[in-house]
Amino acid sequence: MIQIVDLWKSFGPKPVLRGVCLEVGAGETMVIIGQSGSGKSVLLKHIIGMLKPDRGQVIVDGVDITHLRAREMPDTLRKFGMLFQGAALFDSLTVGENVAFGLRRYTKSTKKELEAVVTESLEKVGLRGVERLMPHELSGGMRKRVGLARAIAYKPQIILYDEPSTGIDPIRADSINDLINQMKRDLGVTSVVITHDMVSCYKVADRIGMLYNGVVIETGTPAEIQATANPVVRQFISGQAAGPITDW
Amino acid sequence: MAAANRRYNSLTMRFLHQMGEVAEVMGRTLRDVFRPPFEVRIFVQQLASIGVDSMMVVSITAAFGGLVFGLQTYSGFHKYVGAGTEVYSGPIISVGLCKELIPLLVALMIAGRVGSSMTAELGTMKITEQIDALASLGADPSRYLVVPRTLAAIITVPILTLYGDMIGIFCGFFYNIVGMGVNRVVYIRNALLYFNFWDVSVGLVKAVVFGFVIATVGCWQGLKAEGGAEGVGRATTRSVVISSISVLILNFFLSKALPK
Repeated sequence: MIQIVDLWKSFGPKPVLRGVCLEVGAGETMVIIGQSGSGKSVLLKHIIGMLKPDRGQVIVDGVDITHLRAREMPDTLRKFGMLFQGAALFDSLTVGENVAFGLRRYTKSTKKELEAVVTESLEKVGLRGVERLMPHELSGGMRKRVGLARAIAYKPQIILYDEPSTGIDPIRADSINDLINQMKRDLGVTSVVITHDMVSCYKVADRIGMLYNGVVIETGTPAEIQATANPVVRQFISGQAAGPITDW
Repeated sequence: MAAANRRYNSLTMRFLHQMGEVAEVMGRTLRDVFRPPFEVRIFVQQLASIGVDSMMVVSITAAFGGLVFGLQTYSGFHKYVGAGTEVYSGPIISVGLCKELIPLLVALMIAGRVGSSMTAELGTMKITEQIDALASLGADPSRYLVVPRTLAAIITVPILTLYGDMIGIFCGFFYNIVGMGVNRVVYIRNALLYFNFWDVSVGLVKAVVFGFVIATVGCWQGLKAEGGAEGVGRATTRSVVISSISVLILNFFLSKALPK
């Protein structure tokens, strides 16, 4: 479903991605782990077409999205829902308007249909009666849930999660993990999750890939990753300061 | 010497690079104005935010601009031309206010009040990933954020200028006629004789250009803000400084270029 082929990206003189290769199958949850600043978010933004690579391809359902024109992007974007690290809810819109935002753009739904989908999406993430609240009235966990409701409202085939458990307490983080699994189970979506929270990673991943020095150095199931002999991966997943990773 | 040359080249390159960025934002905005979808709701919100919400500050600025202009022209005529010639200050006040002072004062006030607010709002959206969220939901940030703001500024700044003209002229007249006892009939007759529609139009043409520049610079700085709250603060300061200097420079060249 998603193929990333030899992806390169630099910002000024600083190379961030140096030939990333990765495949994510339909219905699979791929978790990408790596240090802060290792380029995980940059990779995610390439997958959704927000950044153009210096070299390489991102192929989604057989279409290379790196060469699409601006007017061809909406059809591709519609396949994606994205949960941002801080939820990125629009401050000037109510919760209901936030959730309906993508739906308004991608469909010609009536007001009643929009309201029904907003209620349904919010219920899927365990929220009721918050449609009229403004984002600043919500807690961190609720914001993430609303962000997820906004991402699933127009029924995308792929959901991208950028650090879903960052910035919230462990109990709320676990409820977000449950939601990621629930989205996969109920909606059959393909998911790409980036995180450095290993508890979350093991709970949601079908496969894990580790990004280090601009390349994916290892992929495997959670069991395979836990049993890896790669010293870099071992150091990262065990959270040790001593080891081959020294640039922290 | 070599170090000074390198510094000069680096500054020149940075200036040219920034000019290129502004030109790109301006070009994209002009192109997107005519391409659907049209964000009517945001446009109307911006009309209110730029226009209605700025009326108080424009009223105060124009009133005191008119009063001080009235005071100086009265003093000038009285001191250098002679007692009784103050009745000729009417057309000078009207023409001076409408062509130069009010468009400039209104634009500087809007740059401070609205340009800064646009940069702060868009900058905050940028650092909290709301701009990325817009793009991921199929909304082009240029069409959704920049076009409605720019269009609203192009429409409201001339309207505010016209409103400021009326207040400024009234206050200038008020100072001379009521405050200093200048003959009302002769004063107004002179003002109407030498003051024409073109004098107002010159100010309004300037206001359209100023509105466009203030909104474009405000949005450009907001969209390129980075580095957290401090970065947004820096971008906001830069936005006001660049807008204000651009308005002052453009005012001279427009005054020179537009028919007298």
